[in-house]
Amino acid sequence: MVREFEDVIIQTLCRFLVPFIQLYSLYVFAHGHSSPGGGFQGGCVMAAAFVLIFIAYDLNEAKRRFGEKALLIFCCLGVFIYAGTGWACLLLGSNFLDYGFLSKVLPTDPVKARYYGMAMIELGVQIAVMAVMVSIFLDLVTRGEHEEILEEKGA
Amino acid sequence: MKKAPAFIAIIITAFLLIYAAEEFPEWADPNQPASLHVSPRYIEKTVEETAVPNMVTSVLADYRGYDTMFETSVIFTAGIVVMMLLRRPKKW
Repeated sequence: MVREFEDVIIQTLCRFLVPFIQLYSLYVFAHGHSSPGGGFQGGCVMAAAFVLIFIAYDLNEAKRRFGEKALLIFCCLGVFIYAGTGWACLLLGSNFLDYGFLSKVLPTDPVKARYYGMAMIELGVQIAVMAVMVSIFLDLVTRGEHEEILEEKGA
Repeated sequence: MKKAPAFIAIIITAFLLIYAAEEFPEWADPNQPASLHVSPRYIEKTVEETAVPNMVTSVLADYRGYDTMFETSVIFTAGIVVMMLLRRPKKW
């Protein structure tokens, strides 16, 4: 939590749970093509894993694992992957976000290229949603005063 | 009594909206415009055009990809704005 908090049972359990939550998030993301799921849902599940780390440990540990700079970079990277896929289609001579033309650079036919183009933008959505959710959570729960809380704890 | 004009405006707007909603097609009406050509087109062509077995994904990411891109941008903007409004760093 935000304040000093230590519990062996909760922290050990969370250490076991977090990899499985992250794996499940990747499953939700990767199976978005054939079952309910996709970037938004997978990103939220991935963010939940980091929120769990924050709840079980403290702000210091959460920021050590996923710092603010990394959060901002990942926010921008997600949107960049999405828009970059669109621009790649544009540069290959098609319309914006018309993934069929990606077959010129991918070793597949145009129909399969649409499949992989969708996977690419879902990856962008996943990264952006994950980073934004963690960032909003950290800012709301500490009221934006990370340093004061860290100082209060003497960390 | 300052709230009276706002209250009247709300009632008038509500009446206008309800009046406009009268014109909407019935819920789950098979003859509504969207069900006549848009939905069948997606249902029939999704697999052969995009090789994706899930129609929701193909509509979200391919046919309506532009929409989803700006949804992502909205989320990105929300994150940045929350950080701008709330974050008070000692130093970056």
